[in-house]
Amino acid sequence: MIPAAFDYIVPDSLEAAAASLAEAGDNGKVMAGGHSLLPMMKLRLAQPGVVIDLKRLDSLRRIQVDGGTLRIGALVTHHQVETSSEVKDNCALLARVAGSIGDPQVRNRGTIGGSVVHGDPAADWPAALLAMGAELTLTSSGGARSMAAGDFFLGPLTTAIEASEILTGLSVAVPAAGTRAAYRKVKQKASGFAIVGIAVCLQADGDTCTDVGIGVTGLAGTPFRATAVEDQLRGKALTADNITAAAAGVADGVDALDDIHASGEFRAHLARLNTARAIQDALGG
Amino acid sequence: MSNTTTIQVRVNGVSRTEEVQPRLLLVHYLRDVLGLTGTHIGCETSLCGACTVMVDGAAVKSCTLLAVQTDGCEVETIESLATDDGLHPIQEAFWDCHGLQCGFCTPGMIMATRQLLQENPSPSEEEIRHGLEGNICRCTGYKHIVDAVKQAAEQMKAGT
Amino acid sequence: MPVSKLVGTKVKRREDPRLVQGLSHYVDDLRMADVMHAAILRSPHAHARINGINTDAARALSGVVTVLTGADIGDSVGSVPCAAANPTLRTPPHPVLAQDEVRYVGEPVAVAVAGDSYTARDALDLIEVDYEPLPAVSDLEKALQPGSPLVHSQWDSNQAFTFECGTGDMDKARAEADVIVKQKFIHQRLAPIPVETRGVVARYFPGEDELTVWSSTQIPHLLRAMLALMLNFPEHRIRIIAPEVGGGFGCKLNVYREEGLLAHLAMKLKGTVKWIEGRRENMQATIHGRGQVGTVEAAVKKDGTILGVTYDSLLDTGAYHQLLTPGMPPLTGLMISGSYKIPTLKFTSTGGFTNKVATDAYRGAGRPEATLVIERTLDLIARELDMDPVELRRKNFAQPSDFPLQVATGLAYDSGNYQAALDRALEMVGYQDLRAEQQRLREQGRYLGIGFSTYVEICAMGPSAALPAGGWESGTVRMDFTGKATVLTGVSPHGQGEETTFAQIVSDDLGVPIEDVAVLHGDTAVVPNGIGTFGSRGISVGGTAVYMATQQVREKAEAIAANVLECSTDDLEFEDGKFTVKGVPDKGITIQEVALQAHVATKLPAGMEPGLQATSVFEPSNFTFPFGTHICVVEVDTQSGEIEIKKYVAVDDCGKVINPMIVDGQVQGGIAQGLGQALLEEVVYDEDGQLVTGSLMDYAVARAEDLPQLEFDRTETPSPVNPMGVKGVGEAGTIGSTPSIVNAVVDALAPFGVKHIDLPLKPEKIWRLCQGGNK
Repeated sequence: MIPAAFDYIVPDSLEAAAASLAEAGDNGKVMAGGHSLLPMMKLRLAQPGVVIDLKRLDSLRRIQVDGGTLRIGALVTHHQVETSSEVKDNCALLARVAGSIGDPQVRNRGTIGGSVVHGDPAADWPAALLAMGAELTLTSSGGARSMAAGDFFLGPLTTAIEASEILTGLSVAVPAAGTRAAYRKVKQKASGFAIVGIAVCLQADGDTCTDVGIGVTGLAGTPFRATAVEDQLRGKALTADNITAAAAGVADGVDALDDIHASGEFRAHLARLNTARAIQDALGG
Repeated sequence: MSNTTTIQVRVNGVSRTEEVQPRLLLVHYLRDVLGLTGTHIGCETSLCGACTVMVDGAAVKSCTLLAVQTDGCEVETIESLATDDGLHPIQEAFWDCHGLQCGFCTPGMIMATRQLLQENPSPSEEEIRHGLEGNICRCTGYKHIVDAVKQAAEQMKAGT
Repeated sequence: MPVSKLVGTKVKRREDPRLVQGLSHYVDDLRMADVMHAAILRSPHAHARINGINTDAARALSGVVTVLTGADIGDSVGSVPCAAANPTLRTPPHPVLAQDEVRYVGEPVAVAVAGDSYTARDALDLIEVDYEPLPAVSDLEKALQPGSPLVHSQWDSNQAFTFECGTGDMDKARAEADVIVKQKFIHQRLAPIPVETRGVVARYFPGEDELTVWSSTQIPHLLRAMLALMLNFPEHRIRIIAPEVGGGFGCKLNVYREEGLLAHLAMKLKGTVKWIEGRRENMQATIHGRGQVGTVEAAVKKDGTILGVTYDSLLDTGAYHQLLTPGMPPLTGLMISGSYKIPTLKFTSTGGFTNKVATDAYRGAGRPEATLVIERTLDLIARELDMDPVELRRKNFAQPSDFPLQVATGLAYDSGNYQAALDRALEMVGYQDLRAEQQRLREQGRYLGIGFSTYVEICAMGPSAALPAGGWESGTVRMDFTGKATVLTGVSPHGQGEETTFAQIVSDDLGVPIEDVAVLHGDTAVVPNGIGTFGSRGISVGGTAVYMATQQVREKAEAIAANVLECSTDDLEFEDGKFTVKGVPDKGITIQEVALQAHVATKLPAGMEPGLQATSVFEPSNFTFPFGTHICVVEVDTQSGEIEIKKYVAVDDCGKVINPMIVDGQVQGGIAQGLGQALLEEVVYDEDGQLVTGSLMDYAVARAEDLPQLEFDRTETPSPVNPMGVKGVGEAGTIGSTPSIVNAVVDALAPFGVKHIDLPLKPEKIWRLCQGGNK
């Protein structure tokens, strides 16, 4: 319950934050809302010597639509995403996924940036970001770089961010009009995390699938994009049989997580079932 | 004590300036430093909601927030709800509907209800149950809590 | 007799204004000067030898007052007590800090005391313990097999005790039976999870040589006696205070290591020491409930007549006995007959030590196991005989005319009308239509199930002969100079609302406004004696003591009134708090005026002691036996394994009702925990004794969304055991609900050939059962 002691820095600018982080090295942790970091610190699973709180960086709190791109700052809370009209109007999937995270109090404080950087394999965001092909912006004192969500998640609590980098925001291309989306989550009843979570973003011409993105969380140690399922659906008629057949491959070659809440075999089954159900939901909604 | 930081927080309308360790959790700041013990600790893992307070008008779990994070913020705890004129309508409704037994989760449940009704003044039963997903009550089975939220919603609408 | 005004009506709880404002004081809320904080280092091993502990670095940390290990304490604090009387019992030493071995994950190994809680916590990281891991046994059945690692090496096996009860000739029953039904049951371990964890503040006053302990407990008076024994310190110089207690559900009906440890620390440090349990500590070191495995065998005639039932079981006691650990199986065995007339019943239980925390009383305490076994067995028989489960129940029910009902387990049930509750529940749920609906849906590949639990339970614990530390309860009622009434009760409520219900009783019977009645509890310096709150005994035993004391106060008041009014007590009538001379309505005296006279003491009858108070200690002649019918309707998604409760109907009978609102609340809360057992909750240790469900991240309790809409009604069959006819309701919902849910799910999956499922009914289990296809 009680974190170990640490030094606390509240930089006024992104540059200052990056400089502090560079100085702290591995001993430093960046904090946004603190809803992934603090729980680890309270269990003393994380004991950073320096915590760099980004709370004064108001520029990272924005949601904006810029041409065909929706940009969300790292400090934007789940609740802001859930309720933002920019998000709901331009990218309803993100709002839906945001609303399924944790509970109202957690959504009020937890941020999209903090959650994504934490890299929990059962978190909700990766499913949506992968399905939508989001780009993440990583900033260090050496400058900024962009990385596809698909390259970011490397394993349980492991991401491609460097120790000197701060995730400052992410962007997604605003989906074309008529794009349908859905998120299906099988909740771990104790923690509220996903046993499996399937995000689907789909475009159809008549009943033919023209494009589709499917992000999968919870199933494996690394959230992933179900490209094989996507490939099998693209150009096909969205019939129940075709959907089921494509969804059946979602867990192929995946080393499914296995714990007291669901065996690997059951998780794989739930992934197949909910991939099909999420596609149906998208078509229905 | 290790290094400290000075924070200024408005708690229940009163400005406070305090030297605190950065690692001091908001819930411990409220309870141990300010003596506001109505906010309870139930789980350590941000799951039970007993420690729910409002920070800048939004319900949060004060066990998952450092006191230093609330520097410059407005914090409201359960102790702020009743006035000299009596109980807050939510408190009144929990009393009327027997929405509590041991009472330990109740301050957090009431603060979560406050947030819920702030966002949705006329929630359906389903919305109430969903809106309280961050709070655990082990005594009541929730039925009387749901009744209380419904009553409070009616009262607060009538009052505005 | 005064007209009943408050008893039987919804009176808002008098506890609530302080609670809804956060102004009450649980242990952690007590503000005391110069308080020191203790943090406890716990074993990460299920079984290990402690070769050494180095506390130097921890002691050297700035702000640390002391660090103690088991070796430091030695035998200066005695063993944690077990109060069960069983001649076969093996009782291992149970020190407040581990001496040379640890036997479960979470066992206290050392304690650090510091000026603030953060420093105390930091000190734990600086304690170095040299552990030598030993073979551990986690699985109960394996623990009782020859060759198992031994939890306590002084014995040749892990057998902790044996127990049996019942009468009749099962061989004869088998011989006469047309059908034998057998089934194994696993009753998973459950964590009680009061939202307030345990907590202790101990304060020693060196000048007075007195010890005060504030503890989040259900049994302050028993705790005082036990601490006196553990500390070898005079009981009359110990004061225990149970302040506001944030739920207990049985887990605070106990005496724990930390209570002895904190008291010891306060005396050693000559000051005040506080320890508040964290939730992860709570999962590891506060008792668990259930933890039973058993096999039932039922001998049945073709027409459904049950001739005999045996239930042979094992109890996972854990590594040490807590206060009532061995007392759980008897409660299962005694209630194994359920609401049915079964001439032959045999129950056996063997306790087995495992490298896990102890099991003990958790809401229902032994009866949920009995109820699950017998209610499931009825459904198994119904399936075997192709009978409607309702008809089978009716056929074997005890009839209203059978009461008091002698049961083959040895009990005599006080009163009951099982058919009435069942009939009402069937009417509410619309049973016949449901069966048709079930058939119709099955044809569409949808699986509806209807489950029954026609339970009976045992409450009002209890006759002293049946309890190891007394089953009576005390009640004192006093009227002071100004006509206000004070009630002292030995029960120690922690959510049950007795500050309200007891005041209702006194208010009615003395004719004083309820605002003028204070109910005090939970402080051994205020309440002369008592037992505590558990076993649904608050109203039926504690309330009866208060009721009886109230009658005595009224009788004394009547004698004083007669003396003042210069008439005979036969000439008086009492109504609305006023004694008047029959036929002379102007001539009277209020009870408040009588109270004043009782204290002024100039107009008392000759020889009468001044004052207006009475104490009654009620010793119940029998238990009470509440009952009811719960019906659950579910639909199962055979693809996802998810269960949706479509309808839930509960008709409960807890005898006379003092406050219907509070009774409803108890039933609803009880159902939430019974549903948790059925669908969500399970303490999981791995094979090596590591606790997998170590926090609420992995142990699920029901949230608002998990509970279905519930429909309620009551029947009211008074108990003859006490003058108010009350039975008790604290545990009924938990005991009654679980079997109805599992019976409903098994019924839904009948087309898949499913006959039994162990709890909890997690989606994966359901999905696997459906993999064989629709048979």
